[in-house]
Amino acid sequence: MRSRAFPLIATFVVFVALYLIGYQRFPAFGTTRVIANFLTDKSFLGIAAVGMTFVIIAGGIDLSVGSVVAFTGVFCALAIGRLGMHPLVAFAVILLIGAAFGAIMGAVIHFYKIPAFIVTLAGMFLARGGAFVLSQESLPIEHSFYELIGDLYYVFPDRGRLTFVAVLFVVVLVVGIVIAHFTRFGRNIYAMGGSRESAANAALLLGVPIGRTTIMVYTLSAVLATLSGIVYSLYTSSGYPRAAVGLELDAIAAVVTGGTLLTGGVGFVAGTFVGVMIQGVIQTYINFDGTLNSWWTKIVIGLLLFLFIIIQKVLTSYRGTFTFRLIPGLSRRAAESKTSASPP
Amino acid sequence: MRQRVRPFTGRQTGLPYAELVGEKMTVQKNTPLLQTQNLTKRFGSVQALSGVDFNLYPGEVHAVLGENGAGKSTLIKLITGVYRRDAGEILLEGKPIDPQSPHEAQALGISTVYQEINLVPTMSVAENIFLGRQPRRFGFIDMRAANARARALLKTYHLDIDVTRTLSTFSIAVQQIVAIARGVDMSAKILILDEPTASLDAQEVQMLFTVIRALKARGIGILLITHFLDQVYQISDRITVLRNGERVGEHLTAELPKMKLITLMLGRELLSETESSGAERAAVGDAGGAFLRTEGIARRGMLQPIDLSVARGEIVGLAGLLGSGRTETAQLIFGVARSDAGSVQVKGRKVAIGSPRQAVQHGFGMCPEDRKVEGIIADLSVRENIILAMQAKRGWLRALPARKQEEIAQQMIAALHIVTPDSSKPAGELSGGNQQKVILARWLASQPEFLILDEPTRGIDVGAHAEIIHIIKNLCAQGMALLVISSELAEVVDYSHRVVVLRDRQKLTELTGEDISEDNIMRAIAEQ
Repeated sequence: MRSRAFPLIATFVVFVALYLIGYQRFPAFGTTRVIANFLTDKSFLGIAAVGMTFVIIAGGIDLSVGSVVAFTGVFCALAIGRLGMHPLVAFAVILLIGAAFGAIMGAVIHFYKIPAFIVTLAGMFLARGGAFVLSQESLPIEHSFYELIGDLYYVFPDRGRLTFVAVLFVVVLVVGIVIAHFTRFGRNIYAMGGSRESAANAALLLGVPIGRTTIMVYTLSAVLATLSGIVYSLYTSSGYPRAAVGLELDAIAAVVTGGTLLTGGVGFVAGTFVGVMIQGVIQTYINFDGTLNSWWTKIVIGLLLFLFIIIQKVLTSYRGTFTFRLIPGLSRRAAESKTSASPP
Repeated sequence: MRQRVRPFTGRQTGLPYAELVGEKMTVQKNTPLLQTQNLTKRFGSVQALSGVDFNLYPGEVHAVLGENGAGKSTLIKLITGVYRRDAGEILLEGKPIDPQSPHEAQALGISTVYQEINLVPTMSVAENIFLGRQPRRFGFIDMRAANARARALLKTYHLDIDVTRTLSTFSIAVQQIVAIARGVDMSAKILILDEPTASLDAQEVQMLFTVIRALKARGIGILLITHFLDQVYQISDRITVLRNGERVGEHLTAELPKMKLITLMLGRELLSETESSGAERAAVGDAGGAFLRTEGIARRGMLQPIDLSVARGEIVGLAGLLGSGRTETAQLIFGVARSDAGSVQVKGRKVAIGSPRQAVQHGFGMCPEDRKVEGIIADLSVRENIILAMQAKRGWLRALPARKQEEIAQQMIAALHIVTPDSSKPAGELSGGNQQKVILARWLASQPEFLILDEPTRGIDVGAHAEIIHIIKNLCAQGMALLVISSELAEVVDYSHRVVVLRDRQKLTELTGEDISEDNIMRAIAEQ
């Protein structure tokens, strides 16, 4: 048990509490129909949020995500509808474009030492503008492949549907967890984010290839945003330049409520999943209630975000003494390994 | 990378053979692990290192000592590839090397552990040890193996800790040993320790020394930089002293008395008879009543309790080596750091000073040590820099009229002979001596009753030096209370009415009247 895992546990507790509140009022919360719907409805947010998790752990931010989703949708609609491309070809092309877009943002951030906030803000305007240049209005996508994917689902005994996009979300999640914890690239991201504030840039001295890692992180985020755009187009069967406005902010909210520190270096991809699910539970609850304005979702998310940022602040400022107080059993061992500072 | 092997002989170094033999006879006979020859580095107009020869043998602890600006950090930064040398050679086991980065130096076997520990505080101990070289299975990191190996590795350092815990939850001493373990595990032949004990308490220092002795026994060459002379005598085998970028001596620690070491570091020979101090030392002090009196102010890890008093019309000098606690004393008095013990009296009344702002309200002023970082605001004009403290004292709502500002600036420029075409020139464009005068002017404009000067003459030319000293004496004659810190002993002896001598962050003694001399100050520092 480590203090780093505490925010993750806190998030999970909040999720369970919210879920139980929902279940107590609407027993339908217990059915696979509702649970599978969480996954399907939040699949594009979730995929983008996995990418965002890496960026934030690296100590950065990516504001271009929502715009990239919209651009991807419009591009797919045009490539399939006007150019007659097969959807799989269109997906491959847009994924390459997305990767290049992310790599360029990462390179600018690294080589020109410009804050990620500014660079990805520019990226956000570029992608959104690009989507509008391609089309001013919503474009429907009609292709047998889209119908095929739409019909691809697993039915639970109580008629809940596990859709293709939901499965894709879970796959991205698992791959994300593996990258974060079991590859050198993943650990380098943590090292970079965790030593950003240290005086001598420890990560560099420890031999972390800062430039390559930065570029790869933003590439990963852009690729996942593009994938999220593909999922969005599958989910809505259309491309719409005004789509997913502010999606990046929902993603950041999910990442932060999932226990990732905005200062970088600490975080969990699994936590982001819980963060996304919390948003799903709140939204479902408000839909079920029927009397509440749907914007209440935003208010509750806002309050939760606020709560979690305060928890993070408290945790980071007490870092060091924290573990000992949290887990009494550990304190004796810890005190022994920590040589006592004797006053002169 | 293949390197050309070049046997080390006297002829190739260009040194006279006899001198070389003489040199070699005083040290061990085996070849040095690391050698620098004629190492030279300039930064703009500053000669940071000139022609330094340095030898590190396997299994020895070699301390590099010197005051500020002596070139210690330049030397290690050249060896570890942070800077590029202008001239000279670095030989590792007799082969010339040319590391381009700390990473490359590490690959060659030179590890460095800095005072501000270069590890990732948010990651676990094991991850820090194996970052970038994690054991893998089927292409994926095997954290269990990494944890087991980290545990085993740290056991050899007698450190039995939970390696899965976040690094930042451990004490600095443990973090330092983790950093050392990582470096040595990556095949270190040479370990450079830069001020390793600066933030450790006595017990932790011994813990670190145990580790150092164990590494020494394994034949690793250890280059140690530290301010603490007692620790140098405790752990080191050899000492190289640098001064103003030059090597002034290499000695076996056992053969170098502390007194001799201090004279080498400060660049002064002891005179047999007491030097005449020159200054008229009128009996000042308690007659006029102390302006400031501190009783046992201290801060853990920063300064031992210190008693100090400064009267109006009196200059108190603070003498001691670098790191002896001089600047720390000034910071505690001025409220830059809060003291956690003792009390302060101003004009006989007990006061609490928790911030520089409060210090200013009590009539204090301070010219800090590093004027570039802490003092001068380079982009603001000379006038704006001068007005700063005065305006702060008045409060921001009562802005000084522009005409009044200009008047004060002109007064100060004239009074202190600040060389500037006009008062609107950015202060950063002035020479060092003139910048120092601008800072002085800033505090004088706020009409302080008590002024702290931390190294007021560092890095300025000879002419400006004399002028600053003249100004200091004048201010004193006008009845100001002054506390002056300086590494220039001659200077301290010249103007001080009393000299407080510090070592290892505590007050050793106080010299007054006829006792004030360079010899006595050095003796006090060297005393056991």
